[in-house]
Amino acid sequence: MAATLKDATAIVGIGQTAFAKRLPESEKELACRAILAALADAGIAPSEIDAFSSYTMEETDEVEVAKAIGAGDVTFFSKIGYGGGGSCATVGHLAAAVATGQASVGVAWRSRKRGSGPRPWKNTAVQLPTPGQWTRPFGLLRPADEIGMLARRYMHEYGATRDHLFNVAMACRNRANENPAAMMYERPLTREMYMTSRMISDPLCLFDNCLETDGALACVIVSAERARDCRRKPVYVHSVAQGLPAQHHGMVNYWNDDPLSGPAWTAARHLWKQADFGPQDVDVAQIYDAFTPLIPLSLEGYGFCGRGEGAAFTEGGALEMGGRLPINTGGGGLSEAYVHGFNLINEGVKQLRGVSTAQVPDAATCLVTAGEGVPTSAILLRS
Amino acid sequence: MTTPSPAADELLVPVPDEDGAPFWEYAARGELRVQACASCGRLRFPPRPCCPHCQSFDSEWRPMSGRGRIWSYVRPHPPLLPAYAAQAPYNVILVELADAPHIRLAGNLVTSADAPLDSVDPARLRIGARVQVVFTRTGGVTVPRWVPEKS
Repeated sequence: MAATLKDATAIVGIGQTAFAKRLPESEKELACRAILAALADAGIAPSEIDAFSSYTMEETDEVEVAKAIGAGDVTFFSKIGYGGGGSCATVGHLAAAVATGQASVGVAWRSRKRGSGPRPWKNTAVQLPTPGQWTRPFGLLRPADEIGMLARRYMHEYGATRDHLFNVAMACRNRANENPAAMMYERPLTREMYMTSRMISDPLCLFDNCLETDGALACVIVSAERARDCRRKPVYVHSVAQGLPAQHHGMVNYWNDDPLSGPAWTAARHLWKQADFGPQDVDVAQIYDAFTPLIPLSLEGYGFCGRGEGAAFTEGGALEMGGRLPINTGGGGLSEAYVHGFNLINEGVKQLRGVSTAQVPDAATCLVTAGEGVPTSAILLRS
Repeated sequence: MTTPSPAADELLVPVPDEDGAPFWEYAARGELRVQACASCGRLRFPPRPCCPHCQSFDSEWRPMSGRGRIWSYVRPHPPLLPAYAAQAPYNVILVELADAPHIRLAGNLVTSADAPLDSVDPARLRIGARVQVVFTRTGGVTVPRWVPEKS
């Protein structure tokens, strides 16, 4: 019997800073505060950490974090690429390291001042070579433009409408209105606001885009055995997967036979193959929502509905509390905070602990996904 | 990023890599060419060192008819880089090449080669519309543009 990651590790601590358009602390300080909060939540001392994982886009490296918080000897550290596509892989890499004995206490984190800091797309110096030479000169400048292109085609092929995208934005906003930590806590959304808002990259309007946030989050991963002795109810890492499909091109996946079936499909095949349950058994999902169209695409990719049915799936309150699949119950990247999807991981843990501000009754299984439209990752959590 | 760039008010020009350079060299001669495997003949885009089908490192640049159809499009609005904001909302189209439908080139639909990026009436933007390549010089570099195909 080959080794398996199934339920071999658990998330036993989560931490976060405030989320805001502008926070006074540096990214490094925010990273340290989130990590120390996660360790305090777990009841584990910083000196016990021996593994780190984050994103390649994370500006604070392991060396800085480890020496600031007082980590011990570190024997595993990894960084995952492709922006928000790496979020769940941070947990996946640590689960693999802990399950195989390379480390015993892993910390994953993301700290980002995207609210008050620079917009990455404005730095044309690093963006213009491959594949930017094929897109940037023509004014395809921002992630919203690149995903807008796929969204328009999706709407054309499957009859999806702006109302379907609104269903996504509304579900996330409704959950944020229940979450005091969310940036949009006191900012209700209406259909009229959505339909009359300014366009960012037509067909995508302001409310189809995620927030710009300063903030940081972290979580702590240990073996399932050790998790049973921790202060919090363990949330087991049931299955993990990364996904880079054949002939995929990243944000501009325009040059293969089927641009609308992206990395979610690849990650999902492996994720479900390793799992004891399927999409129909998922109680609540945290689906990466940098842009609203990523939700219907991900619903299809992860097998909640068939190809082309993702938009229709959002109808009739399906994504709301009590619906077929409540999503992004903290408000997601659209309405809680956009920290490259790490808040989705921590919200998944809150659901399975039973302490979410929008708690799905008796939630025992949760899918968390990373950025769709880029090489991605996903995890299945269970209580 | 706060460093002022001399070209801050101009459209971006392509910065070719080694694999992409021939595309731009042919464009400068008014030719639309796509990389093909010299061994198995399959077209590939973006250009790359070897063929993903037969792993051959031999390649050639095959002339395209320059005709295609709009596969999708967006109309970007600010915030944008200054030169683009000045023409916003403009269009960016993806053109499915008639010779290779799985290759979709990003570009702009304009009324004529040297017309601004917002020169086409947005009501004329339609998925499936037939377009034809033209070339224009911008910032010292020749880039493709697209005009509605004359029937």
